[in-house]
Amino acid sequence: MSSPNSPTPSLATSSESDLALCARSVDVYYGNRQVLEEVSIDVYPGQVTAIIGPSGCGKSTFIKVLNRIGELESNMRVKGEIQFFGQNIYSQRVNLNRLRRQIGMVFQKPNPFPTSIYDNVAYGVRVFSRPSRAVLDDVVESALSDAALWNEVKDSLKKSALSLSGGQQQRLCIARALAVKPRVLLMDEPCSALDPIATLKIEELIRSLQQELTIVIVTHNMQQAARISDYTAFFSTDESQVGRLIELDSTAKIFGSATHSRTRDYIEGRFG
Amino acid sequence: MAFFDRQLTKPLPLGRTLFSYGMSAIAVLSTALALMALLSILFEIFRQGLPGLKWEVFTSLPAPAGETGVPSGFGNAIQGTVLMVAIAALLSVPLGILTAIYLSEIGKTSATATIVRFVMSILSAVPSIVVGVFAYAVIVLATLFNYKGFSALAGAFALAVIMLPIVVLSIEEALKLVPQQQRFASAALGANSIQTTFKIVLASALPSITTGVLLAVARVSGETAPLLFTALFSQSWIENILNPTPSLSVMIYNYSGSPFPEQTQLAWTASVVLLGMVLLTNLLSRLITRKR
Amino acid sequence: MNSSKAQSEFLESESLKSESIVGGDTAWLDRSFAWFLQIIALAAIALLFWMGSVIFKQAFPAIKTFGAAFLTSQDWDVSQLQFGALTYLYGTVVSSAIALFFAVPIGIFVAIVTSEKFLPAWVRSPLGFLVELIASIPSVIVGLWGIFVLIPVLKPIQLWLHNQFGWIPLFSTETFGPSMLVAGVILAIMILPTIAAISRDVMASFPSDLRTASMSLGATCWEMIFTVLLPASLSGIAGAVILGLGRALGETMAVTMVIGNSDLISASLLDSGNTIPAILANQFPEALDELHIGALMYLSLILFALTLAVNVLAMFIVKIFGFKHQ
Repeated sequence: MSSPNSPTPSLATSSESDLALCARSVDVYYGNRQVLEEVSIDVYPGQVTAIIGPSGCGKSTFIKVLNRIGELESNMRVKGEIQFFGQNIYSQRVNLNRLRRQIGMVFQKPNPFPTSIYDNVAYGVRVFSRPSRAVLDDVVESALSDAALWNEVKDSLKKSALSLSGGQQQRLCIARALAVKPRVLLMDEPCSALDPIATLKIEELIRSLQQELTIVIVTHNMQQAARISDYTAFFSTDESQVGRLIELDSTAKIFGSATHSRTRDYIEGRFG
Repeated sequence: MAFFDRQLTKPLPLGRTLFSYGMSAIAVLSTALALMALLSILFEIFRQGLPGLKWEVFTSLPAPAGETGVPSGFGNAIQGTVLMVAIAALLSVPLGILTAIYLSEIGKTSATATIVRFVMSILSAVPSIVVGVFAYAVIVLATLFNYKGFSALAGAFALAVIMLPIVVLSIEEALKLVPQQQRFASAALGANSIQTTFKIVLASALPSITTGVLLAVARVSGETAPLLFTALFSQSWIENILNPTPSLSVMIYNYSGSPFPEQTQLAWTASVVLLGMVLLTNLLSRLITRKR
Repeated sequence: MNSSKAQSEFLESESLKSESIVGGDTAWLDRSFAWFLQIIALAAIALLFWMGSVIFKQAFPAIKTFGAAFLTSQDWDVSQLQFGALTYLYGTVVSSAIALFFAVPIGIFVAIVTSEKFLPAWVRSPLGFLVELIASIPSVIVGLWGIFVLIPVLKPIQLWLHNQFGWIPLFSTETFGPSMLVAGVILAIMILPTIAAISRDVMASFPSDLRTASMSLGATCWEMIFTVLLPASLSGIAGAVILGLGRALGETMAVTMVIGNSDLISASLLDSGNTIPAILANQFPEALDELHIGALMYLSLILFALTLAVNVLAMFIVKIFGFKHQ
């Protein structure tokens, strides 16, 4: 899966360019305050990677580093290197708009645009091209189907997206992200604002999407991570308030026999 | 002794009671006085102006002073007010929207943005007659396309300068109300800042932007001072925006001191029309935001 | 996934398929958009300086001829080209002072009535709306009302003041109707909404638990207002009053229509007077001589500077002292 025009061929070994995302020694600062230190993570394509950890450990910050949306929100600075299928995403020549189209994102709270359901899903496609109506209809239908929302909204595509329930809105946001066919989908605690039934639906959805998509999901809910992910990364922080990656392994290993004692303590509910 | 008095039903000392009642009375009296002024103005405008409100006032020119019995009206003044307010809006709204976008999307809390905001609030407090003087100096005293002197363009320019800060400040507020999350959602789909600004931010804020613009329109439609010596006045229909141009407000002023009762009557009737226009625009703007 | 044929063709053909994240540089687009907007915003700033410099340039002939003596001279003779600002400066300041005298207490009481819970909410909010409605009535219409209603209503009051208190210089002249006092009253009506609305917002933002705390100590409602609410809201109210003053100084039409437009300074408030905006409104349409225009521009410049100073002062009071309770 190596890309023909990788900006940094020097660092892109064949194994690294096979990884969907590969972070090496990433430090993150807000202004002068460091929030993450020395994070190195491999995200395997076609797998669900969950990021867990106590609040304030920088897990949400980290996921916002991966599509460079964090630098929009605040004065965030990133050191180190992150590769997306072998291409350095912090290279000078990176086009942020193309990057973000390849790496979709779903936010904590559902944030549909105050337009119709159809226009929400079509938005990302329209941003990059002007397809015919028929093509656009197909794109919208397949994205909504992929997000398991089509049957619920197919008769009301013209209705305002704000008329949907919270769970439906979040699935609409997933459909909106899927419509542009990203290769990686970042999810920042996508269920934190939802009730248990809506949460269950999103979890099923994540499971069904994983065949063709790489998913990185931040969650504060350990059971959720155990249910839906293939790999789990555990972040934590100490007195310095700087977040670090403690351990990354298969989910079975992390929840069964984690190497690190801090991970075991957290999983067993002894802190955090 | 009173300090240990535990009788709850015992009234407060006379002084405290009187103070309470006295203050309440003064407060009610003050509010009543303020309301009385408002009601008296509205009542008098309608009492004096409504009888003269016939169809012909919209379609005729003012009759020459002293002539009675001929159709007399202020069609040209309505034309002039609408024309000048429209040109003013055309000049100030695009500029105002772009400046507001700068403030809310790009400048935010930067020093430049703070200065722009400060200057806008200063500009909104400049007396409208001073703005008129400015327009007089810039346009009336200059020669444009071989024309020199008082014109609709000069009046519209003055109104545009008055509108600009109102438009900027109210649209910035409207844009700031668009949730930050929607900007991020748009950026996360690969949209660039222009697409995010126009397709998401402006589109979501459209109703409140319309409200802001309408309020500014309502405000300047009634302005007189900046038109007095820029657009001046004229007794005929409008043919060229570079000629002196009548407006409702200047007409009311000119005829208010007239010795001819039919001209005073016309001033009252024009007041009903002008006040109606201003209040309707005000009301309309409120309805637009109410709907959401 | 159920992609149709048309869709897969579209995805094949369009840039959507490309995995590359470089190239097609659009960052310059974002940057130039930002630059473009910044230039527009700076142009909006430039407008204020343009205004100041244009008026100054036009006033220059008069500034050169009369200098600072313009401020202290009472002469205003168009035919002799002798100009002095004192009469108009005096009228502007005095009429605004009368306006504040009436509008400040009334405005504060209206703010109290509309922000405190004496009245149920369904009465208070329309009440506030009505008072603010005054601000949306065009000034020329208020002036028309002033000529035909306010002057006749105030005339007996002015006569009575003269008869009873004629020995005080302030009421030493017989009135014709239009006067400094009438102008002050009409200005008070026009700035009342400004003072009432801003003061109300200041008071409404006062935390209600502090009100409750004061009243739980046994204070009556009015004692709470005078000992807790008003002192805490003082800077905000002061800001509102100064903003009102700024409006009063520059208000033109209504004043011009009821002040009588005399060219003499009189100690009596019952005498007619004149203000800077009024003389501008009266003489600009007919001004032809360069020096005459210059003198009017000089007056505009003074008014511009005066209102600028007053408004900056108001902003600083509100900014620096803040709303204490926020």
